[in-house]
Amino acid sequence: MDLHLDPQQRAFRAEVRQFFKDNLPDRVRQKVIKGGYPEYQDMVDWTRVMHAKGWATPQWPKAHGGTGWSPVELAIFDDESQAAGAPQMLPFGVNMLGPVLYTFGSPEQQQKFLPRIARLDDWWCQGFSEPGAGSDLASLKTTARREGDEFIVNGQKTWTTMAQYANWIFCLVRTDPDSLKPGGKRQEGISFILIDMKTKGITVRPIQTIDGGVEVNEVFFDDVHVPAENLVGQLNKGWDYAKFLLGNERNGIARVGATKEKLRRIRALAQTSQIGAAPMSENHRFMERLTEAEIDLKALEITQWRVLARSAARHGKPDPASSILKIKGSQLQQTATDLAVALAGPYAAVGKSDQSGDNLGPIGPEWAATSAPVYFNYRKVSIYGGSNEIQRNIIAKAILGF
Amino acid sequence: MDFDLNEDQRLLKDTLVRFFKDHYSFEQRKQAMAMSGGWSADIWRQLAELGFTGLLAPEAAGGFNGGHVEAMVAMEAVGEALLVEPLFASALMCGFLLRQCPASAKISDLESAMVSGTARLALAHMEGEAPLNGAHVTTSARHEGGRVLLNGDKTLVLHGDSATHIIVSARHAGTPGAHHGIGLYLVEGDAAGLRRRGFATQDGQRAAELNFNQTPAHVLDAEGYATLAKTIDFGIACICVEAVGAMSALHAMTVDYLKIRKQFGLPIGAFQVLQHRAVDMLVALEQARSLALVAMFAMDDKDAARRHRTVAAAKVQIARSGKFVGEEAIQLHGGIGMTMEYAAGHYFKRLKMIDVQWGDGDHHLVALAEGPSLLEDEAMG
Ligand SMILES: Cc1cc2nc3c(=O)[nH]c(=O)nc-3n(C[C@H](O)[C@H](O)[C@H](O)COP(=O)(O)OP(=O)(O)OC[C@H]3O[C@@H](n4cnc5c(N)ncnc54)[C@H](O)[C@@H]3O)c2cc1C
Repeated sequence: MDLHLDPQQRAFRAEVRQFFKDNLPDRVRQKVIKGGYPEYQDMVDWTRVMHAKGWATPQWPKAHGGTGWSPVELAIFDDESQAAGAPQMLPFGVNMLGPVLYTFGSPEQQQKFLPRIARLDDWWCQGFSEPGAGSDLASLKTTARREGDEFIVNGQKTWTTMAQYANWIFCLVRTDPDSLKPGGKRQEGISFILIDMKTKGITVRPIQTIDGGVEVNEVFFDDVHVPAENLVGQLNKGWDYAKFLLGNERNGIARVGATKEKLRRIRALAQTSQIGAAPMSENHRFMERLTEAEIDLKALEITQWRVLARSAARHGKPDPASSILKIKGSQLQQTATDLAVALAGPYAAVGKSDQSGDNLGPIGPEWAATSAPVYFNYRKVSIYGGSNEIQRNIIAKAILGF
Repeated sequence: MDFDLNEDQRLLKDTLVRFFKDHYSFEQRKQAMAMSGGWSADIWRQLAELGFTGLLAPEAAGGFNGGHVEAMVAMEAVGEALLVEPLFASALMCGFLLRQCPASAKISDLESAMVSGTARLALAHMEGEAPLNGAHVTTSARHEGGRVLLNGDKTLVLHGDSATHIIVSARHAGTPGAHHGIGLYLVEGDAAGLRRRGFATQDGQRAAELNFNQTPAHVLDAEGYATLAKTIDFGIACICVEAVGAMSALHAMTVDYLKIRKQFGLPIGAFQVLQHRAVDMLVALEQARSLALVAMFAMDDKDAARRHRTVAAAKVQIARSGKFVGEEAIQLHGGIGMTMEYAAGHYFKRLKMIDVQWGDGDHHLVALAEGPSLLEDEAMG
């Protein structure tokens, strides 16, 4: 046993770290570490940089443009890129759809879409959830009816992240209406389909989240004609592909690197931030909370390595232990955002100013202004990607055997 | 012991609750926030007509002459309604402060104007370098040619952007940190040398940064530190009660949602694990309610240090309960809880902002841990 990275892994980490240091524009880095979503163009530009380096789709098979890195190397890479404040590759294409396509898609689909995902030529969004189908995804109602060599899609998706930027959406649709009838097997009437967002009959409505931003949308489908060749894999087998996809979604969900960056920044800011009679670094209660989070994160990092170390033996089968990473990882992300609010104290309340301009500085410390919105926004991390309750259900069933 | 409201207090409560029910729905509140200035002058006028702008003002000024029970009744309703109009900042905070100041014709006039709703007051006290250090006052008050002139900056002044009158803490003697030498001054909204920079807070309230530059002011209380400290304790007790109102509304809507939201063919409230979470929220709410009550009654306590301890204890409890109830409510709602279109998120945000106002739970916990045991203090002051 050895809890350290071996020399090769350390060298790999140093290489990755140096690359981010040399290539990530500070402007973009600042935006990411303040917790905002990078803008469209920033995402595209950064993806192109990563693509040129061959790192845009590291987890894909080499034949499709991946790196051939081991799971441990992939995790090192994720942690380093998060800790550097780099925008993460758009997950909908790279982590979700890509693996589905190279595993279940037709050769034509693979050729057409995979290179465009890798360069962010196409911005994909994920059309799974519906108003009535959240945790219970298999109850989804959006229909796709076969007519000649087309599917006609009707229904509604919701919570669709960044659909406003997307030119493509991958959807789960009901292709066997009988599967929803009593006694029907709901999971067996679902298909996985690719839809061009510019098709007639699609309407996107933004939903403002409690941090004031717009990152999710409703997407409405009204008699949308989709070429039959856009069906992925077999008809009515979409649930299997979705399960495969959700298993991949949970990879990297611990976000150890991102939380590390947040906690480091908080510790540094605590030295100078003063809201009471002394700097926050002299408030032992605050420092104990920060230290507790650091302890938890240290443990999570090793837990993540332990889960990864056995993943090779599972031959790509999703590991229910990744639900442990999701639960703890999301809680720690939330704790970090909460600590930032505590650090900002009353200045966390500052919102949009009536007058702004170059001569007027920020109200309170500049970093404080985003602390509350980020805290609000991060409530999402225990809701999406399978809520923490659903993760507990998975663990209870798959690990504990209840 | 008697936890019941008397006839008048019950009437007061019913009036306000009914008013908010009829005129302050989630949609109406949204419209109010979209108005210029961030709140509704019409709602304000109606609150004045119902007498709430004079809740604490003396009868001589046409006020209701209310005490802490009346304040409590009002603040709980304010919390349930998520009121953004300046009732707390003006009628409660400043109304309370004025009653602690030495009587004067100036104050009587101001109280009358406050009761009628034409005057809206704001308290400008915190300063940028150490906003939670109550005696850290550097804004200066100097007598020059028969006038008092203020110089300095104040931060995070609740409703300071639109107040017609501003009560300012300023130093005429002593060094920053000293209790002695802090006076309370009245500045007219249109006074020379007053600059304001208004902003919306994260929970849709309003506040401002204020700058005083040779700004003429009127002395309300030359040695005002004790009054200031008591007023801030009162303010904390008020927002604790407001938090209880917000929590109870949020808890109720979460329980309702668990009963109607269906997944897996069942209302999600059928999952026992979610029932228990809702139960724990109730436990947290009731604990908060108890200490908020105690904090309000502590306003009668003649011992200022003990009064402050009681209020601080309530603030700690509110911080914990508010965090738990707020975060759980969003979680149990799922995606819908994350949206501005639904009320739950607005309650959640208000609860978080109450936590950071006048010191978060940890801030007060650290101070309490250094003092004597709370259990030695009589529960009801
Ligand atoms: C910011 C954000 C971005 C998102 N992006 C996308 C996206 O791009 N594409 C997409 O398809 N979806 C997306 N989602 C949707 C997300 O996957 C769903 O919100 C999630 O599946 C939960 O569903 P729901 O919101 O309907 O909540 P519900 O399923 O209604 O859940 C409500 C509560 O009940 C609990 N619950 C439900 N069932 C059980 C059970 N059996 N046992 C115990 N507790 C239970 C939940 O954990 C939750 O606490 C996003 C959501 C958010 C908040």
